[in-house]
Amino acid sequence: MQKYSAFELFKNSVSHHENWPRMWENPVPKKKYDIIIIGGGGHGLATAYYLAKEHGITNIAVLEKGHLGSGNICRNTTIVRSNYLWDESAHLYEHAMKLWEGLSQDLNYNVMFSQRGVYHLCHTLQDIRDNERLTYANRLNGVDNEMVDAEQLQREIPLLDCSDKTRFPILGASVQRRAGNARHDAVAWGYARGAAMRGVDLIQNCEVTDMVIENNTIVGVKTKQHGVIKADRVGCVTAGHSGVMAKMAGFELPVESHPLQALVSEPIKPVLDTVVMSNHVHGYMSQSNKGDLVIGAGIDSYLGYGQRGSYSIIEHTVQAIVEMFPEVSRVRMNRQWGGIVDTTPDACPIISATPVKGLFFNCGWGTGGFKATPGSGHVFAATLAQGKAHELAEPFSIERFHNGALIDEHGAAAVAH
Amino acid sequence: MLCIFCPHCGEYREEEEFSARGQAHIKRPEDPEACSDEEWGNYMFFRKNPKGLHHELWVHSAGCGKFFNMTRDTVSYEIKETYKIGEQPSVVAAEK
Amino acid sequence: MTQPNRVQDAGRINRSRPLTFTFNGRTFQGYEGDTVASALLANGIDIVGRSFKYARPRGIVAAGAEEPNAVLQLGASEAAQIPNVRATQQELYNGLECASTNGWPTVEFDVMAYLGKIGGGMMPPGFYNKTFMSPQSLWPTYEKYIRKAAGLGRASKQKDPDTYDHLNQHCDVLVVGGGAAGLAAALAAGEAGARVILADEQAEFGGALLHSNDWINEKPASNWVAETVARLRTMDNVQLLPYSTVNGYHDHNFLTIHQRQTDHLGETAPQGLTRQRLHRVRAGWVVLATGAHERPLVYANNDVPGCMIASAVSTYIRRYGVVPGNRLVVATTNDYAYQTAIDWANTGRQVVAVVDSRPDPDGELVAAAEKAGIRVIKGSVVYDVQGSKRVKSVSVARLSTTELSLAGSETTLDCDTVATSGGWSPVVHLSCHTGSRPVWDDDVIGFVPGPANQKQLLAGGIQGHYSIAECLAEGFSAGAQAATNAGFDKPTDLTVPKVHEPSVGKAMPLFYVPHKQPMTRAPKQFVDYQNDVTAASIDVATREGFEAIEHVKRYTALGFGTDQGKLGNINGMAITAQAVNKTIPETGTTVFRPNYTPVTFGAIAGRNARELFVPERYTAMHQWHVDNGAKFEDVGEWKRPWYYPKAGESMQDSLNREVLAVRNGVGMLDASTLGKIDIQGKDAREFLGRIYTNAWAKLAVGKCRYGLMCGEDGMVFDDGVTSCLGENHFLMTTTTGGAAHVLEWLELYHQTEWPELEVFFTSVTDHWATMTIGGPDSRKLLAELCDDIDLDKDAFKFMDWRQGTVAGVPARVFRISFTGELSYEINVQANFGMHVWKKLMEHGAKYGITPYGTETMHILRAEKGFIIVGQDTDSTLHPYDLGMGWAVAQQKPFSFVGKRGMSREDPTKANRKQLVGLLTKDPQKVLPEGAQAVADPKQAIPMTMLGHVTSSYYSATLGRSIAMGTIRGGLDRMGETVYYPMLDGSVVEAEICSPVFYDPKGDRQNV
Repeated sequence: MQKYSAFELFKNSVSHHENWPRMWENPVPKKKYDIIIIGGGGHGLATAYYLAKEHGITNIAVLEKGHLGSGNICRNTTIVRSNYLWDESAHLYEHAMKLWEGLSQDLNYNVMFSQRGVYHLCHTLQDIRDNERLTYANRLNGVDNEMVDAEQLQREIPLLDCSDKTRFPILGASVQRRAGNARHDAVAWGYARGAAMRGVDLIQNCEVTDMVIENNTIVGVKTKQHGVIKADRVGCVTAGHSGVMAKMAGFELPVESHPLQALVSEPIKPVLDTVVMSNHVHGYMSQSNKGDLVIGAGIDSYLGYGQRGSYSIIEHTVQAIVEMFPEVSRVRMNRQWGGIVDTTPDACPIISATPVKGLFFNCGWGTGGFKATPGSGHVFAATLAQGKAHELAEPFSIERFHNGALIDEHGAAAVAH
Repeated sequence: MLCIFCPHCGEYREEEEFSARGQAHIKRPEDPEACSDEEWGNYMFFRKNPKGLHHELWVHSAGCGKFFNMTRDTVSYEIKETYKIGEQPSVVAAEK
Repeated sequence: MTQPNRVQDAGRINRSRPLTFTFNGRTFQGYEGDTVASALLANGIDIVGRSFKYARPRGIVAAGAEEPNAVLQLGASEAAQIPNVRATQQELYNGLECASTNGWPTVEFDVMAYLGKIGGGMMPPGFYNKTFMSPQSLWPTYEKYIRKAAGLGRASKQKDPDTYDHLNQHCDVLVVGGGAAGLAAALAAGEAGARVILADEQAEFGGALLHSNDWINEKPASNWVAETVARLRTMDNVQLLPYSTVNGYHDHNFLTIHQRQTDHLGETAPQGLTRQRLHRVRAGWVVLATGAHERPLVYANNDVPGCMIASAVSTYIRRYGVVPGNRLVVATTNDYAYQTAIDWANTGRQVVAVVDSRPDPDGELVAAAEKAGIRVIKGSVVYDVQGSKRVKSVSVARLSTTELSLAGSETTLDCDTVATSGGWSPVVHLSCHTGSRPVWDDDVIGFVPGPANQKQLLAGGIQGHYSIAECLAEGFSAGAQAATNAGFDKPTDLTVPKVHEPSVGKAMPLFYVPHKQPMTRAPKQFVDYQNDVTAASIDVATREGFEAIEHVKRYTALGFGTDQGKLGNINGMAITAQAVNKTIPETGTTVFRPNYTPVTFGAIAGRNARELFVPERYTAMHQWHVDNGAKFEDVGEWKRPWYYPKAGESMQDSLNREVLAVRNGVGMLDASTLGKIDIQGKDAREFLGRIYTNAWAKLAVGKCRYGLMCGEDGMVFDDGVTSCLGENHFLMTTTTGGAAHVLEWLELYHQTEWPELEVFFTSVTDHWATMTIGGPDSRKLLAELCDDIDLDKDAFKFMDWRQGTVAGVPARVFRISFTGELSYEINVQANFGMHVWKKLMEHGAKYGITPYGTETMHILRAEKGFIIVGQDTDSTLHPYDLGMGWAVAQQKPFSFVGKRGMSREDPTKANRKQLVGLLTKDPQKVLPEGAQAVADPKQAIPMTMLGHVTSSYYSATLGRSIAMGTIRGGLDRMGETVYYPMLDGSVVEAEICSPVFYDPKGDRQNV
């Protein structure tokens, strides 16, 4: 497989870019695989990639009902950070962060991971306490995070209104400087290419319509386009559709699928070179390399598989943005969209065995799955390869919703992102 | 932006007056102490989360303050009916 | 000042009102009625911008919302700067200042263009992803330069001087688009008596009829427009919204209309007016009469200034009296563009030729053009353009009749303008917003709306029906239908007018014009101008495996611009389909999302920004706090006094003073913000027993009790004192921030689980003003103002409440204490609050009464080990974790909310985090809140954390620091030492202790 580089770009420019190889093929599915991964989104493709690369398992297929990377991986606001409160999640997200830090080189595909920092604003004394707590916990967990006061914040982010004239004056912020953004689509494409070049079958336009279960053990899946495809193990990585998949397998999950919306402005000249989030006023913003202001809206309170949410949510978010960044009032919102996020009661994912033997689920990432993509794929690959949870995944089993060992990250994840 | 008929107020009102509160018809176990951890966990957390018809609990929070049920399609967002607590839905999904 | 391209006597501009404006610092003149685009063209401006990726010079292409190139920076003053204004949609006003957004040093001469020429070859789609990877450390530097090229216009550096508002509306029929179909629909629905809103993005209603050559009812079409608009204006049930774009179509027929009320008057709104308004409309029925956009053809160098859409050229000539060149070549696949040639010829300027891809065009317009002496080259295409800053000539060749290739007979035609038409694309965007997928129609050669998901009807161009007669007929019918659907009788008094217009011959489906070179090697053939997406880049994308249309879009950036692909998307889909050997319907479309055209954040926010972002809640005594210099803390929506600094005091000085005043004399707190819920009914007591963890069966009238509230998981989420006002009457208090949630929680359980209980809940938070006087002198103070309550310590005990009169006002007085001192909470009707507060201050002066704020309250309660829910708790601690098992009545007959949850496996495990007191070894060292405890401060990172500091203060009472925090197994570890590593590397040592630091027996509150 061809390596990408500036030299290759030059070489191919001579032949008018006619000879670039395909990044992935459209294979005809085999009758049986060692492992089937349902869902060709970011987490599914990363799982396939690490299964092939780290565990040498290549007789695997990724079944995608649409096209690769067409779910939340292409709809999120591209924030990457690992400053989570509890040990279990901090370790999991920091594991992902370390993979992010070498991902472009590992994939030989520039995912444009940019460590431009992520700020959490504090508007109340309790915000300050919560962010101090987060900072202390992060530091002792080996995750960078620091507090800045309002004055320093104003120097670092001139666009932000840190005056005392706002409704909820900003008292300070915590910032993870290693956090930032990446190019979301490129992450999916890079993993897909990496998996495909290691022999993984990426089957697009292949919709799973049922699970084939014998003696409470998964033996394969039924698909709309290719009939039954067998497998020894199946990993389901279908985000918002996890509930639908679980129903096929005969159980329920502690998961609800909600619309989550985001929006972008028209491209403008750079005004913001970092990510600013406010749990308190419910909004966050960064600026893409193209110049769009990328803004995350809140989650809708109702279930929704329509990839649309309610306008009032957009409106409220924009109000928060104008409150925080009054100078963008005359900038225009270009486009809004929605995804389907699979939320759990404790705002933490489920990476787990299920009541059906051989069937594993990786879901419940809620509003923040993008940042975990490499880590999620990495630990889920190990989980599928070994048939039991990776050490970092252990605390994230479905069991916790029965025994009560929840990992409540609502504070750290309060803004949908 | 949903337009919701409040069965208590007897009229259509804007979604912003309401809040969705998840799956409807979840009955608190009569004898919680007799429940296993699994049964209690199922009651608290595990949900149908259907793609299609969903019976869900809403509250007219900025209106009459009353809870009620709604049958709604989670894909088209079409509201099939709203009905009071204690009543049963007249529109139900065909079991597969 | 001359306007070289202005035609005599044509157009709807007002020549008696010349307007002056500047573009890139040069002054020009236009007329009232011009858009910026028409005025620039009138003045012979060819280059309005530089392209994003290759920095190629770009001119105006279109005349409406679909314009991709003429995207300008507007504004003379800094505060009024507006980025990315589409010149084709901005009406000219006197003094308007605008500029190109890219191009250095100037838009005419841009050095980046040379780089684009050389480097462009190395920028295939996805090139960012293929390079800049090594060395890894240089990526931030690469990215810095990538970002420098970002964006079109710039945001203002100052706050917006203008205001924006919202209007919530209901209507029976919303008609979108005020062209022939829309006007007819509005008229029909209006005549039926329906409440109608007609919205159109332009200044004038009429759409293409405004400059049509065709006749309606034996008069020019524009006369019919004027008559119809006049008739609509007389109808009270019809609201006409010009300058108003329906930009989003949401569920249940909710639509947003962005009305630019004053954008045409100047860069800031005239005094007293809002700049823009966002209408939030709930419509009964919607008639989409949004028309169609003409598609350009994709041919080599089709972005050279002078290449335009044919209908836009006609619009400029007939509506604005501007002919944007001297020598025209028309390239078309259909009859419509012949009208452009005729219009051009009518101005007296030269039409070089019409190049028609069809071998045998036969419509009436073709005949008319030929009759007018215009040369028509049939079965041929314009496949290439010469020129860089303006078209110099075009290359023409015959098109093969059997395959998509050229078939010789090449000629070159000198010209300066190319007007192309590849047919029309219905404006299906709004229908797509509802989740409806558009469907391909071979007859229309375009996508039309799919089955409606909403109460929506269609009329005219959006269905691919373009004749005026069809538009009018469908408009009348859709308008009448919408009205009858909404419950009105069919309008009677309507006859569809007679229309004189030429018949139109069959068009040819052609999107991409082949070149002598293969697609990848031909000169750039642009599909999406704004993002520099070429046919070749689409081809390359498909070669690399990006075969789904969404993949192509994302890999090439097709349709991601501010025009959202209005011109380019269909051509892009056609080229993709061709590349992957599928039909266009098989390839499908990308999804159009709101907004149809961009909307300012200011308009979306409306008045709900700044001071009205979230209303501030004040207590009845707020003004007193302000007048007495209080610092405020935001708690929920409330502004609460935080502390009352005196001159020269540090914050700690103030707190020490306030704390000691309460401990030694008397202090007063405004406690009005605590949530108060009045609970009545014969089952109120039973209900309380089910919802609180502790027992309520025996609480007597006149008594108060502290209660803990848990979720079904057993974790604490609120607390407060509830008082028994009568056998069936209670007053519950909640945390300030939790009040609304608690009320809903009570209602939830009552309405859904226990409707058989007779109990009623009413929020009375705002009804009462609450002031807490606390300290050894509080009884004496209260006695001065209250003579109808026996304040004797045995008559009015701790945790009692009494009804009486305080300062002449009826009051409920609660002898409860959050400070551990003798304390009375006086509740009076809110509008007496200020009076009573002032009286207490006045009479308290002799005792040195000291107002104190939330911070002092926090210290005082921490000295006593009282928790604050949300600060000392999070959602992971149950009552036993808090050392508050005394507040759980396990023996209650009903399994109260939270009981089962706290007995699950994990909540009953040993070694849980538990709330304890902490005393630092160094009594002057105040632990930072949030600091994490470890057993071994020398452990390598990641360290094993035992818990965190939840509350920490300097206690003036005790003359040392105190803290509360969670520690694993902490309740069994009294006296042990834990370590708190600080961020600076130092370590603070602390001893685990009881959280009750002061007066552990509670003597002081019982005096």
